[in-house]
Amino acid sequence: MQNRSFISDLHELFSSMRFAISLLTVLAIASVIGTVLKQNEPYPNYVIEFGQFWFGVFKPLGLFDVYHAWWFIAILFFLVLSTSLCLLRHTPLMLREMKSYREKATEESLGHFAHHVRTHSDNPASLLAGMQQYLSGVGYRFRQKTHDNGDTLLAAKSGSVNRLGYVLTHVGIVVICIGGLMDGNLPLQIQQLFGLKHPETRDIPQSEVAASSRLAPANLSFRGDITIPEGATADVIFINAGEGYYVQDLPFSIHLKKFHIEHYPTGQPKMFASDVVVTDPKTGESVSQTITVNHPLIFRGVAIYQASFGDGGSHLHMSAWNLANPQLPPVKVDGDVKSALSFTENGEKYSLEFSDFRPFNIENFDDGPAKDSKVTVLGVLGAATGKHARNLRNTGPSFEYKVRNAEGVAREYNNYMLPVQIEKRWYMVSGMRTSPGEPYRYLHLPLDAENHLDGFMNLRALVDNADARKAIVQQFVSGALPGDAAGDVLRAKLAESAEGVLRIFADGGFDAVAAFLEKNVPEKDREEAATIYLKILEQNVMIAYQMARQQHGQPPVQPSADTIQFVRDSLNAMSDLHYYGAPLYLQLDNFDQVQASGFQLTRSPGKNFVYGGSALLVLGIFAMFYIRERRLWLLVKQDGTALLAMSCNRKTLDFEQEFERHKQELEARLRG
Amino acid sequence: MQQASALNLSARTPFDWVFALLALVGASLTWWGYGGAMDIYEKAILVGSSAALILFGWHWKPVRILSLVVACGSLLAIKLYHGQLPNSEQVFWLKFVLSSQSAVMWMSVLFVMATLTYWLALASRADFAARVGSALTWSAAAMGLVGLMVRWYESYLISPDVGHIPISNLYEVFILFSIITALLYLFYEERYENRQMGAFVLPIISAAVGFLLWYTFDRQANEIQPLVPALQSYWMKIHVPANFIGYGAFSLAAMVALAYLLVQKGWLATRLPRLEVLDDLMYKAIAVGFGFFTLATILGAMWAAEAWGGYWSWDPKETWALIVWLNYAAWLHMRLVKGLRGAVLAWWALVGLFVTLFAFLGVNMFLSGLHSYGTL
Repeated sequence: MQNRSFISDLHELFSSMRFAISLLTVLAIASVIGTVLKQNEPYPNYVIEFGQFWFGVFKPLGLFDVYHAWWFIAILFFLVLSTSLCLLRHTPLMLREMKSYREKATEESLGHFAHHVRTHSDNPASLLAGMQQYLSGVGYRFRQKTHDNGDTLLAAKSGSVNRLGYVLTHVGIVVICIGGLMDGNLPLQIQQLFGLKHPETRDIPQSEVAASSRLAPANLSFRGDITIPEGATADVIFINAGEGYYVQDLPFSIHLKKFHIEHYPTGQPKMFASDVVVTDPKTGESVSQTITVNHPLIFRGVAIYQASFGDGGSHLHMSAWNLANPQLPPVKVDGDVKSALSFTENGEKYSLEFSDFRPFNIENFDDGPAKDSKVTVLGVLGAATGKHARNLRNTGPSFEYKVRNAEGVAREYNNYMLPVQIEKRWYMVSGMRTSPGEPYRYLHLPLDAENHLDGFMNLRALVDNADARKAIVQQFVSGALPGDAAGDVLRAKLAESAEGVLRIFADGGFDAVAAFLEKNVPEKDREEAATIYLKILEQNVMIAYQMARQQHGQPPVQPSADTIQFVRDSLNAMSDLHYYGAPLYLQLDNFDQVQASGFQLTRSPGKNFVYGGSALLVLGIFAMFYIRERRLWLLVKQDGTALLAMSCNRKTLDFEQEFERHKQELEARLRG
Repeated sequence: MQQASALNLSARTPFDWVFALLALVGASLTWWGYGGAMDIYEKAILVGSSAALILFGWHWKPVRILSLVVACGSLLAIKLYHGQLPNSEQVFWLKFVLSSQSAVMWMSVLFVMATLTYWLALASRADFAARVGSALTWSAAAMGLVGLMVRWYESYLISPDVGHIPISNLYEVFILFSIITALLYLFYEERYENRQMGAFVLPIISAAVGFLLWYTFDRQANEIQPLVPALQSYWMKIHVPANFIGYGAFSLAAMVALAYLLVQKGWLATRLPRLEVLDDLMYKAIAVGFGFFTLATILGAMWAAEAWGGYWSWDPKETWALIVWLNYAAWLHMRLVKGLRGAVLAWWALVGLFVTLFAFLGVNMFLSGLHSYGTL
């Protein structure tokens, strides 16, 4: 009997209100964790963020995938259990209540109602008839019963559907949870628990993934992703699973014919669309359709969604400028996005990994709505359109690649194919960053009078070469101190210092020159010395530019503002190149774009349950909150005593007012 | 009783029929004029919303006048625009009253004035001031609705492919929030024949207006932006308004709860409604909010199933919607089943506002996810 009472206690607990409310609260708090902690990231990210210790604590608790953790599922299970028990207990009662008119109410019980009024009628029969008519007019249904002692009871009610609301909402919740459970990955988790399945952690071709990390096409429910390049076909998707992934085999194949992307004039995306052919290999049946965002394709119970897009391996044709040996002409290089090449420079091995290609870049060359330009009330009035036209420009194609050295350290580069105009001058632009989170820092390589990179590259080759520097300085000195006026000593001194500055600059850029000044020149003279050095550098580099042109059979340039600016830009670029970190600069000559489309595929048989449950829930809520169940009794005794009583399952002010109305109606009839 | 009355055709006045006729004429003109650009779902929404407007107008009479004022204002603006966007700078009435930005600015000013007037009414116990407060709130709601309607039209003037219903980003939904909260308040003001609560409800609308102004002047968020592909769906037209009825009602309930707590302490007790009235109002607002919030969350799930590949992804926005839902579900259980009343429920409703606020704003500000349309 001990056992029996334990079970009934447990039953009592699970079906109790307090338990249900506690579950709702725990569920809410548990849900918060999952929104604060980013879910389903690759495990190494968590180790970096929290450290090995906390990672070790969080992982067994399932905090990295809260919503699929055993304890979260357990809470949901208990919520369903509690709701079901509550339903079982109360539904019969509710249905009985709905049907009943409570004709058994006695004079004594009615007299105990908070809302009752006792009065007297001289004509009971006509009072009853009149009240019947009145009550059906205001939407009440009623039964009239004459007791053995001759007393007559009119029992009326309205809004009984309210009781159905209780049943509908709670059945709705249970059905939704069952649907959700069907679409969850519980079967997979159980197989994982028994060691039958485990996620693949290696980055290997999907065909080599073992059966223990594959899920059969018959899998009841799944949700995974696949990226397909244009012209390619896929028949699997990948399901992310903590430290690795599963390969889900599909009952069909998807072939991507073409991916389209449309943009608004502002550069924001307007439409993503994939032309696909889906084929069932068994029947040979195939469907050709365009999938767009908000318009998935459903085939064999699997919904195929447009989820993302990217590069599918565009073919890039480039010229590689050797930055370590600038005198060499550029070499032609071909590479595909998502593939890598390797090369050796100065005995060191590098790998060149092409990561992305973009056919165009809309960029805002506006400095944004300037902070000092006040937005006035008058300026805001009018149509809700952009008042200051944005200076948007398409800067053309760009591509990204990584240069990784033998130690595995990589730097990322983002190069534009076309020259970019900045303050009326044209540059080849290359962004560099040392880690993926950083913004790119841009190198601007100036274009020469012929709008080529050669001018700068040839110039740099001369400045980097010690013998060439001697020749440059010689020309500089004879230009600066012409004839015999100046002594050879002075000339030698100028030559020495000019060569020195040039050498320091060539070896370490402006920073090296600044360091040199700091070390050798007293602070008060430093600014003046810097100006002189800069002048020497500019004049020598100008000479170098003319020399380089002469060497390459180009006509000399006239010393104009434009040429001087070119020299200054070249100095900046040469200086910045010391921080570029790659032995080569890649210039994109041509490309064949290949796009890829990312799809999400889901099979969710529980969806209809969830929707059905939701419909019940909404109907139930509206029945429960917007329809009040009210009951009214009118007991007319043989002696003419009339007792009116009312009850309501929601005590609101409307009910008070309604009771007043019925009371007045009764009194009016008694008077009339 | 009141639920039944909107459907009771014999109780309809001539004005009711004129209103219904005008609504039907408007819907028919829209159908014949623009049906070609609508899909079957959008047509269903047009029919459904027209029917809802008629029933709403029959159920709550002032809506008929509000609808007519908004319709006239919007149609006048469209006429003045003459299909030319630059007219907003040249035509006086557009520049200063009826263009979307001007209307929204008027709405903002009127809401702030209404707040001050309600405060004045509370301080001076002047019924006249309270009536002025109501009138100002009505005017503000009307201007806000005109602003949204004209903004809708302007978006199509920018370019047909940019055109969309103005409930797609944080700026636009803040206008919607202000209007809906105001209308909910006005509804209960009339039903309870009590104008004192305006002093409590209007400040939260003014706070929303303050945000709106900051967003306009500091961030130029008022500029119409084209829709990203994920938002190009008829679902937006039903999911977003349903959600904001929920948010508006929860905010209203929280402000009433605040008044409840003050009255219970004896502060302003003689100037505010009785505790029973406040308690009743708080319950009704939460019941309304809960119904619409449930509906909105379900509609959101159905949209997510079409746009994101699953009806439930435990995305932060979805999860916080669930938390809000669980919170009010627990609140309602405690009240209806356990019969809990009084300060505890009032405090709970007040805390509920912060939970709701986090789901509405905090998620967009602090958490990332799929639902990133409303980022600051």
